[in-house]
Amino acid sequence: MNTMTLDAPGYSEPASPQTLEKETVDTRTKVRETVGTPFCDNAKLKMRNVNVFYNETQAIHNVSLDIGRNEVVAMIGPSGCGKSTFLRCLNRMNDTIEGCRVEGDLTLDDEPIYGPKVDVVPLRARVGMVFQKPNPFPKTIYENVAYGPKIHGIGSRRAELDEIVENSLRRAGLWNEVKDRLDKPGTGLSGGQQQRLCIARAIAVSPEVILMDEPCSALDPIATARIEELIDELRKNYTIAIVTHSMQQAARVSQRTAYFHLGHLVEVNDTETVFTNPEHELTEAYITGRFG
Amino acid sequence: MSDLTQAQVRERIARRLASRHRKEKLFRGLGIASIAFGVMAVLLLFSDIISKGSGAFVQTDVQLQVTYDPALLGIDEVNAETLIWANFTAVIREALRARFPEVSGRSEKRELYSLVSSGAPFTLRERLQANPQLLGKTEKVWFAADDDVDTFVKSLDDSAEGFRGRTSEQMAAWVQSLRASGELKKRFNTTFFTNGDSREPEQAGIRAALVGSLLTLMVTLALSFPIGVAAAIYLEEYAPKNRWTDLIEVNINNLAAVPSIVFGLLGLAIFINFFELPRSAPLVGGLVLTLMTLPTIIISSRAALKSVPPSIREAAMGMGASRMQVVLHHVLPLAMPGMLTGAIIGMAQALGETAPLLMIGMVAFIVDVPSGITDPATVLPVQIFLWADSPERAFVERTSAAIMVLLSFLIVMNTSAVLLRKKLERRW
Repeated sequence: MNTMTLDAPGYSEPASPQTLEKETVDTRTKVRETVGTPFCDNAKLKMRNVNVFYNETQAIHNVSLDIGRNEVVAMIGPSGCGKSTFLRCLNRMNDTIEGCRVEGDLTLDDEPIYGPKVDVVPLRARVGMVFQKPNPFPKTIYENVAYGPKIHGIGSRRAELDEIVENSLRRAGLWNEVKDRLDKPGTGLSGGQQQRLCIARAIAVSPEVILMDEPCSALDPIATARIEELIDELRKNYTIAIVTHSMQQAARVSQRTAYFHLGHLVEVNDTETVFTNPEHELTEAYITGRFG
Repeated sequence: MSDLTQAQVRERIARRLASRHRKEKLFRGLGIASIAFGVMAVLLLFSDIISKGSGAFVQTDVQLQVTYDPALLGIDEVNAETLIWANFTAVIREALRARFPEVSGRSEKRELYSLVSSGAPFTLRERLQANPQLLGKTEKVWFAADDDVDTFVKSLDDSAEGFRGRTSEQMAAWVQSLRASGELKKRFNTTFFTNGDSREPEQAGIRAALVGSLLTLMVTLALSFPIGVAAAIYLEEYAPKNRWTDLIEVNINNLAAVPSIVFGLLGLAIFINFFELPRSAPLVGGLVLTLMTLPTIIISSRAALKSVPPSIREAAMGMGASRMQVVLHHVLPLAMPGMLTGAIIGMAQALGETAPLLMIGMVAFIVDVPSGITDPATVLPVQIFLWADSPERAFVERTSAAIMVLLSFLIVMNTSAVLLRKKLERRW
């Protein structure tokens, strides 16, 4: 097993999957192994045996999952189950958290995501992220979208930048609403508009994967519906991993759904299967509302 | 609760209500009383200083009819060299004797001569230099009165008797006679703002100290702001949180509480004795004050950086910005108002600092306005200290006036800090 550590000099070789399972998995949870179809043929992102630790606490236990090209994978599960932590491994946003350690094989197009030679700057340009709370920069709408292209040197001339900004805003379905006030601060938009601005900002650097961490949790149903439409639209060009608390949302936007429970990946299946005929009893318990 | 009826509960609440209201009032009253005490103290300080110091902005002048007599001056023509040697004192003495012809005797005459400031000959020289054709002519000239005369004249406004102090009865009579004939006037004391220090109160001013303060503060700002901000950025954004950074933090907080005189001793030992930088210089003063203000700036800059929401950092990092880009493009602009506020408050502190500067020789008697950061200089608070120590009564009002100038600078700085924060602060 090829493992990497981030900032743990005293790190020792992790236990093999078998012993780990025996020791750390509460038998009550009845998680032996992920059931369903965690792997796919045209995988964009491959994660194998991922373990994440916050100092001594293990947040993710031995998760393996593929995310296919032009696929939307929804990650659901009760609060604190590790789905956001797992999502943040994919563009190494966990690097910034002190004491966080990621182990396992993670690849994007078969290139490693973690490793001493991997530069996070181009990685994050390829794997964009939309956060739970809309977080536009306190700058103008134009500058918000143009920021990524500027720092990566994608559009150097003003005309090029203008085009990128317009295209990104159009794709995010925000252009018509903001085209007359591109020089107004992005923080002055409504919550739903801000979140679409964040999506426009993320797609302005033409990423290959977009990670969405509960992108609609702070939005009203109308804004949520718009974002969901947008996700479906974006699927044509991007690979999307979305964490959500709304099972309806997962059902509406995703092709496959992964159910996380206490740091374990319990079940991955076609979204329809998960919501109509779940294989695992924990999944069933969650989607029928017995806990969560 | 279940065994109490609603009526019983209401009754219990009502019973307690009066005492709750009373306590509420008392609590608020305590706050108001504290504020009132603070305001009272400030008002007392200001009224005391203003009542004592306002006199310094007025200077009494004496009018004399002087004759630019070539014989007395000992010159034939007016040029750069003769102006240096010309005996203007003799001309003024002659004018005084002419005004009070009844004065005779050595000691009486000497007293008469001390009616006008010892700086009067310079006034005369400037006039002759500006108008060389005055040589041999007679004109009426206003001279600054001596400080004792000035104090006496000012006190005459308050009471008919006036405060004589060192002024003799004879001198008082002369002054009254001049006053009656309109040969005394009061004018705005520009000297106070244009001159450096002097042993003669009527010739002493705050210009040299003000310029010295300005130069010192410039050195302090130029050093402490970049160093403080860089240290704060490293500690907040880059440094891992471990035992070493904890130790550094404790030390910085400690430095903020070290008595400033210790920094003065340190500056004396290191900058002057070891590096052999010039004494009494704004450069060394600025270095010492930098040591003193650094903790303030680091602490306030760190607080400003902490107040930038992490979501902004995450957003920028998620876009693939490097650490430096995150800091320079996003965090720093948002933290800048707080940092500037901290810097201004640190500068205000440095402006009022006296003790460390005494140790590095800025307490010297310096008349000339410093023209660079290595020239000998003094600063406003040290000037205040020096004047407060002087025996001449006229220095009392000058001390208070210098305090007024210092206070107004501090008020301007602190107000601008508040305004800056109000104007630039951003809400999320």
